Amino acid sequence: MRQLTDLTLKVWRQSGAESPGYFETHKVETVSDEASFLEMLDQLNERLISEGKEAIVFDHDCREGICGTCSLMINGRAHGPQRATTTCQLHMRTFNSGDEIVIEPWRAAAFPIIKDLMVDRSSFDRIVEAGGFITAPTGGAPDANLILVPKPVADAAMDSAACIGCGACVAACPNGAANLFTGAKISHLNVLPQGQSERYKRAEAMVMAMDDQFGSCTNHGECSAACPKEISLDVIATMNSDFRKSKSKNRKALSRN
Amino acid sequence: MTATLISKVPAGDLRDKWDNYKADAKLVNPNNKRKFKVIVVGTGLAGASAAATLAELGYQVDAFTFHDSPRRAHSIAAQGGINAAKNYQGDGDSINRLFIDTIKGGDFRSRESNVHRLAQVSVDIIDQMVAQGVPFAREYGGMLDNRSFGGAQVSRTFYARGQTGQQLLLGAYQQLSRQIGLGGVRLFNRTELVDVVVIDGRCSGIVVRDLLTGEITSHAAHAVVMATGGYGNVFFLSTNAMNCNVTAAWRAHRRGAMFANPCFTQIHPTCIPQSDESQSKLTLMSESLRNDGRVWVPKNPDDSRPAEQIPESERDYYLERLYPSYGNLAPRDISSRAAKRLVDKGHGVGPLKNGVNLDFSAAIARLGRKTVEERYGNLFQMYERIAGEDPYSTPMRIYPATHYTMGGLWVDYELGTTLPGLYAAGEANFSDHGANRLGASALMQGLADGYFVLPYTISNYLAPLLNKPVPSTDHPAFAQVENEARERFKTYLAVQGTRSPDWFHRELGKIIWDYCGMERTQQGLEKALSELPALYGEFKKDLRVTGTGESVNQTLEKAGRVDDFFQLGMLMCRDALDRQESCGAHFRSEYQTEDGEAMRDDKNFCHVSAYNWTGDPMAAELNKEPLVYETAHLATRSYK
Repeated sequence: MRQLTDLTLKVWRQSGAESPGYFETHKVETVSDEASFLEMLDQLNERLISEGKEAIVFDHDCREGICGTCSLMINGRAHGPQRATTTCQLHMRTFNSGDEIVIEPWRAAAFPIIKDLMVDRSSFDRIVEAGGFITAPTGGAPDANLILVPKPVADAAMDSAACIGCGACVAACPNGAANLFTGAKISHLNVLPQGQSERYKRAEAMVMAMDDQFGSCTNHGECSAACPKEISLDVIATMNSDFRKSKSKNRKALSRN
Repeated sequence: MTATLISKVPAGDLRDKWDNYKADAKLVNPNNKRKFKVIVVGTGLAGASAAATLAELGYQVDAFTFHDSPRRAHSIAAQGGINAAKNYQGDGDSINRLFIDTIKGGDFRSRESNVHRLAQVSVDIIDQMVAQGVPFAREYGGMLDNRSFGGAQVSRTFYARGQTGQQLLLGAYQQLSRQIGLGGVRLFNRTELVDVVVIDGRCSGIVVRDLLTGEITSHAAHAVVMATGGYGNVFFLSTNAMNCNVTAAWRAHRRGAMFANPCFTQIHPTCIPQSDESQSKLTLMSESLRNDGRVWVPKNPDDSRPAEQIPESERDYYLERLYPSYGNLAPRDISSRAAKRLVDKGHGVGPLKNGVNLDFSAAIARLGRKTVEERYGNLFQMYERIAGEDPYSTPMRIYPATHYTMGGLWVDYELGTTLPGLYAAGEANFSDHGANRLGASALMQGLADGYFVLPYTISNYLAPLLNKPVPSTDHPAFAQVENEARERFKTYLAVQGTRSPDWFHRELGKIIWDYCGMERTQQGLEKALSELPALYGEFKKDLRVTGTGESVNQTLEKAGRVDDFFQLGMLMCRDALDRQESCGAHFRSEYQTEDGEAMRDDKNFCHVSAYNWTGDPMAAELNKEPLVYETAHLATRSYK
């Protein structure tokens, strides 16, 4: 175990959605390199409270990289410098004594700031509500082994389903686009046999809900580079392909009604 | 005066009880369902599945979560899998065997009828989740794959890599989202329950706090479901998410719902050991790793060589030695205590000598690195992130940590609490796991309650209430509870002491861990019961909450949760003191066999302890529900 000393933090503070924000500088004299990044912030908050100041607000929960609650742009990078790692899994051993660390909230028009480092990501939920599901009301399912899913298909679905909905893809995108997030859900459900009935309806509805709220994709690839679960850009291709087909397939389906 | 606990177990042979219940239960006509309003608090596996299913049936549902999205609930962190008695492997599994394994795993402290129903509906869960598109692991032919888990000798665990909880929760979340999109469910996110409202002896609604504005509001319904998770965070350090808390269940308890078996808290054997004082939580490494990992410590406590240099003959594979038939897959309580004993004797490994080795070198040699990577890749990666060591080349270091709480709100066969109209589902109820839960059974229970039990039992409660309007939030009972809630949060802000809520939480956690953790003694528990009220007194006098109550204030949220943890902690220690036996995860040092195994006392303690709120958790009124075993035979557990 090693102690890091003399860190300078520049933290974004903003008292509410409509208030002007600013950077606040804090010195961290010493912190263990075993501490996680958020534990370092916990310690800073403890100090702020003991000084009678308001603690820095940031979203976090499971601290094991799966719930997708934590966020933070750290030195301009979503979830910080380590590849395939959420902020809560980032440890101080990644940093050095004397470092200056700039901490900001997710930057995206579709994720308005609530307070300090906390943003509102419910725009993601709206996309899922539009069609990110398989209609399977409770009670009527057939025996699970009646639906055969070849292993490579199950694996591919799982690769896409690993998305934790943290929003790093949107924060990293110069356009604030949500194509990786939306593409991941569409790719998860659209490759499975269970997902075929609603395949094109789903693609169209989700893309429309996405376009209503987010910017447009111009294939920078920053999303996939920032993704803590390393979701591949392929999911965007799958989404685009199904969306394009949906324009004719859904019309045909309508004409049959 | 103690109340009589009516468990409402239906008549008939154990195998027929659930069918008999469903045949007799009162139904609500499809056109009448929309006249009923149900509130569901919590959107984890139990809450999301209940809310979605009730809305599909046609009830008006309001769902509440303190998270920003229902998908964040802590069910998401479950790794290893979900049990179901499908017998797809043809290895001798059956509903009856899953039932017996669960009863035995719980050390004969759970209710037979509930456990049997759980085993019955387990098979429907897998069908349901597959239909929703959960990408469970598959064989090459396309059929579902299984793995084995602690406490079972069959492979009945379905899994999606090491992210089974995530995939199941996303399935339930998607089903809930569909209902939100259709208007069947109204979602209130970033909204925390602060109290429960009772009118004329029925639970009539809840009072909540908007975490963004601090506004306190009332919501009324014909019935309320608590699916608010467990209370493992009373220990401060646990594998629970940071925001998990007991407040919803505790506030319900204070309004008349009995709290059962609070001392039954599970310590999970495979977590990453604490690395320093400032640590905020512990991380679990799935029990499924014990399928292929071998647990050992150096025979010589002073052995300072790196693990891979210690020869076979100088390693103690203690689980294989002590429990040859179950080996590394011995149940959680037994594996945890075995690790603790060896670490206490100085055999621990790692810089702080606070762990044991979980070694994959044999599995890698046998199966190849690629197979091991496929099975556990994400877990290995997670370990590497946290511990800074590569588990492919050196053993993982693991140690037990608080993980799950079997105790919770007392419920009858219908999952109804002792407060009419209030139901509890998932980890929030005391439920089906007795004194110790088997691995991969929490996901099963959460989904069983939400998908396949509550939708039937709630209609039985609602049917006679037809054409009774939703209680009005103008009723003075709502105003009174709202005012109390406002006062409570004002009080935390007004103390202006010197210590943060986290400081108190950490101190509280130390007391609970030291005296009410893996091993408990009369002396220790008495000490805890003298120290807790003193620390709680300090909390009320010396708490410091900065900021205001009118915008996001996580310090204030935490203060309310720690307050409730204090009261729960006292009840836990009291319950542990009262239960003068060792059973499952509750290990009283005074009651053990010569070779250190738990010694149950079926003559005096074969019951559920359910407590009634009296205003003082130290003086809660104890009620007992006797446990009767008609099908399973009371026997000493043996995994040797």
